[in-house]
Order: sequence, then structure tokens, then C-alpha cells
Amino acid sequence: MTRLSRETLVGLLFTSPWLIGSLAFMFLPMAMSLYYSFTDYPLLEPPLWVGLDNYKRLWSDDVFVRALTNTAVFALISIPLTTIIALVLAALLNARVLGRMKKFYQVAIFIPTLVPLVASAMVWSWLFNAENGLVNRLLALVGLSGPNWLITPQWAIPALLVMTLWGVGQAVVIYIAAMQDVPKSLYEAAELDGMGPVRRFTNVTLPMLSPVILFNVVVLAINTLQIFAAPYIMFRTKDGQNPAGLHYAMYLYDNAFVYLQMGYASAMAWLLLLATLVLTAILFVASRRLVYYHA
Amino acid sequence: MMHNSDEQTSQMTQRDSNPTSSQPINAGRLMSRVLLHLVLGSIALAFIMPLVWMVSTSAKPESQAASGRIALLPDPPSLLPATAADNYSRVWNDSTVQFPLYLRNTLIVASLSVVGMTFSSALVAYGLARIQWRGRGAVFVSVMATMMIPFPVLMAPLYLVFRELGWIGSLKPLWVPAWFGGAFNIFMLRQFFRGIPREIDEAARIDGCSHWGIFWRMILPLSRPALAVVALFHFIYVWNDFLGPLIFLTHRDQYTLALGLQLYQSQSGQTPWNLLMAASTLVVAPLLVLFVLTQRTFVQGGATEGLK
Repeated sequence: MTRLSRETLVGLLFTSPWLIGSLAFMFLPMAMSLYYSFTDYPLLEPPLWVGLDNYKRLWSDDVFVRALTNTAVFALISIPLTTIIALVLAALLNARVLGRMKKFYQVAIFIPTLVPLVASAMVWSWLFNAENGLVNRLLALVGLSGPNWLITPQWAIPALLVMTLWGVGQAVVIYIAAMQDVPKSLYEAAELDGMGPVRRFTNVTLPMLSPVILFNVVVLAINTLQIFAAPYIMFRTKDGQNPAGLHYAMYLYDNAFVYLQMGYASAMAWLLLLATLVLTAILFVASRRLVYYHA
Repeated sequence: MMHNSDEQTSQMTQRDSNPTSSQPINAGRLMSRVLLHLVLGSIALAFIMPLVWMVSTSAKPESQAASGRIALLPDPPSLLPATAADNYSRVWNDSTVQFPLYLRNTLIVASLSVVGMTFSSALVAYGLARIQWRGRGAVFVSVMATMMIPFPVLMAPLYLVFRELGWIGSLKPLWVPAWFGGAFNIFMLRQFFRGIPREIDEAARIDGCSHWGIFWRMILPLSRPALAVVALFHFIYVWNDFLGPLIFLTHRDQYTLALGLQLYQSQSGQTPWNLLMAASTLVVAPLLVLFVLTQRTFVQGGATEGLK
């Protein structure tokens, strides 16, 4: 055997876990669901070809449209807001004058990211509890009567935003690490040019961080579109589902595992995949002029 | 990296606050510094408060937890040890929601899955980083591409695949796939392996080492920090995973902690908030302890995530 083909064989052997695993647990299931998305498949009976029916039915399904809208609105607010807050916090925490308190602030903001989503949703359900929750108790101290955060539709998205922003520390840590890699000489030069802290942030920090920001925004976008655990726990109780707290992945789950409509659920799955790809592509194209790749 | 800059900052602050310093601190700068500490201090407090309130609620009697009073300790505070012990033992010994069993299940899934994920991802990463072969580029592209696939897209057909394999109703769907590697971990380890000097392979090859020998005896020992990051983050992933167990587990006695916590909240009858917060504390606490024990790995992990 020639050396080249021997190396190929060894390479295939080393990567075989991935080759087998991705085939069995990703590409095969995806191909299956593409096929099922064109069928009526009530799980207990064999799939029946129906063409584009599922995809057409989706748009006349009010619940689907509501779930889609909720997730889209949430993503549109949450992705930019999370990114801006993470960058501002990182910049503040990176200030040279913080001294020994710096470590404390960093840890305080990072700790919530360690809390499992289920526990975090549980804690926020308690904090947002209408009668006895801490949030409304604190509002009562200043004479405000807080809303029924988890039950009133208008407050579902703000409540979910607060809960997810509590986990902003992950991004903050990444941005702080990236900020420390920015050469000090750039800041010195900017200072000599008479730039204040705000302009140093916008003219030096942001451009130097732009590849990291783009990557984080893409990851955040992918994760936000599939949000499930937090709204499932906060907005779906024994008393029912808060309609404004129903998100795309929750309705996908309902169709697959509650109503056992695998065909319909598969159509939703492929639309989610398409939406993810399109959003990622948009982010990459839109940022082409904004991202600065230094050597 | 963070340590260094912390030292620098503390040195600078010392110099700044030195009373014999020739430059007097100007009042405006002092004001803005105080303001910065005020802002960051309140933000830090707001971030910690939910956890403080969780622990505080978990140690109160039910009537006090649900009262409108804002207090961290039960009234009278001497009640604290007794109520805390009572609440936590009621959670731990609940007859329908069996947390000790869920902890055992979580640890079984976590250990099997962490070992598999770390080993397999390293193996695949080696094949992508240190062996020259045709097709390697295509495999690497497939790794990168799958990173974008959201789990909800896969969950319905995956369920059917696992059902076909007869795994539904066992813990297998939660740990067997980990033995085939994870896209992000493969990518991260590949980057790390590429940074290890080539000369090591050459020297080992002259000594008659095969690729397996180089991988096992050279690359793995040299990559302990990166492997630790993969293992740690995957452990946390398993501990936190909710959707996977929700879909693939059918019997209550197989539940993991995350799923058990949700069951505890949604079981028939209203679970009192003090007990729910005690249960949440039990699920959160091990991760906080793990964080304290592995801070350095965490910082490295955080920094490498940024490299992606």
C-alpha cells in the first residue's frame, strides 16, 4: 500500500466516530425528517405522502403563526440587547481603575451563567410571582403595583428577556478576554490623538473585537431561535399556556410528542433549520463591511 | 491572563491612591470613579440577588416564604437551622419525586458521556489536525456545518431512530451519542492540537511510534488543559440538559436532576415555594462548588470560547 493511501486509511479510522455518529444521529435523522415533512405521519401509522400540504397548512395555523411571531420578536429584541449589554459590561469591567473590586464584580456577573436553565427558570418564576414574588414586593416598596409577569401576555417577553439577560455573563467573559488581547499601543495612540474613553471604545475596542462579536452574535442567534426550556417552565403551568410565552421549539415539541404529528413537526423543523441558515447568512453578509480581521 | 492584568490594575490603583503621589487626584476623576463603582456595584448586586433570594427562601417556613415581608432570614433568625433542615430533608426524601435517584441517574449519564465525549472528540481532532489525508477537508467542513443545526430540528427524527434501536426507555439516548464526538469540541481540540510542534511527531515516528502511539503517548498528555475544558463544559451541559431527557426518558425512575426539578414543580398540588427553592438550590449548588474547584479551567475555557 502506498504511504498516501495508508495515511488516508488511518485518517478515516481516527475520524470514524464522527463519520458514523454524524451519519446516524444527524444526517440520517435530517434526511428522514425532510421526507416526513412531505407526509402525514401520526407516529402509530406509516407515513402517507401529502406533498407540500404540511408547509401550506402551517400558515393557516394560528398557533404556529403565534409561536413564530413570539420567537421572532423575542430574537429581534434579545440578540441586539444582549450583545450591547455584554459589550458595555465588559468595557466597564475592563476599566483600569477598578482595583480589587474588579474580581468581585466579574464573579457576580458570571455566577448566574452556572445556574442550570431549569433552576434559573424556577427561580425567576418565583421572583416574578404576582402576589409574593420579590420583584413585585420591591415595586410595592416604591408604591408601584407590579403586573402579573408570567400570566399577562404583554409581560411575557419582558420577563423572558430579564431571565435570559441574567445569563449575559458568558458573553461578558468572552468579550473581556478578547479586550485584553487588544494591543495596548493602539489605546496609547488613540489617547495621544485626544480620544476620550467612549471614543476609544468605539474606534479601537469595537473594530478590534468585531470578529469575536460576529461569532458570538451568530451563536446567540442560533440559540435564541431554539429557545425552549425557560419559556416551557415559566409560561406553561398546570393552569395552561400563556399564549405570549409559546415559542417555536415548544410548538414543534407539542406537535411531535404531544399530538404525535411527526409530519407536521418535521415541516416545522425544516423551516427552523432554514430560518437559522438564512439568519446566519444575513449576519455574515451584513457584517462584511463591519468586521475587521487583523492578521 | 486575567491574573496578570489584575496584578497590574491593583498596582496602578495603589500608585494612584498613594498620598505622596505628585499628582493630586482631580475631583472630576474621583467622582467618575465613585460613579463607576456605584454602577457596577448595583449591577453585581442585582445579578447575585436572585441566588441569594433562592437560598433565603429555601430556609424559611412556608408561611413566611409566601408573606409580603422582605427579609433574608426567617423570623426569628434562630429558626434558621431547624427550618432549613426540615425543608431540605422534605425535598430529599419526597416520596414521588426522588431526588437521590435523579442525582444517581445524572451522575451515570454525566460520567459515561463525559468520558466518551472527551476521548472521541480528541480522536477525531487528531485525525483532522495531525494526519495528512485526502478527504480530511471534507470531514472538517461537515464538522463545522453541523454546529449550526439546532437540536429541535433533530429531535423528532432522532426519537424515531432511538426507538428503532430500542433505546427509548433507557438512559442510552443521553450518553451513547457522546461517544461519537461533538462538533464544537472536535473543532476546539483540533485548534489546540495544531498548536503542538510538529517535531514531536517526527521524533516519535523515528522511534517507531504509530499514529495511535503518538496520539496516546504524546498528544493526549500534552493536551490535558484542553481536555479538561472539554470534560468540564460537557459535564455542565449534561447536568443542565432538559430537552433531551424530556423527550427520551419515559419512566420517572430514570429522570435526571433537571427533569426531576421540573417534575417537582409541576406535580399535582401546589409545591410550596420554599421547597421548590430548596430543590433548586440542591441542583445549583454542585455546579457552584465545581466552579470554585476548577476556576482556572473555567477561565481557560472562557478564553478559548472567544477564539472560536
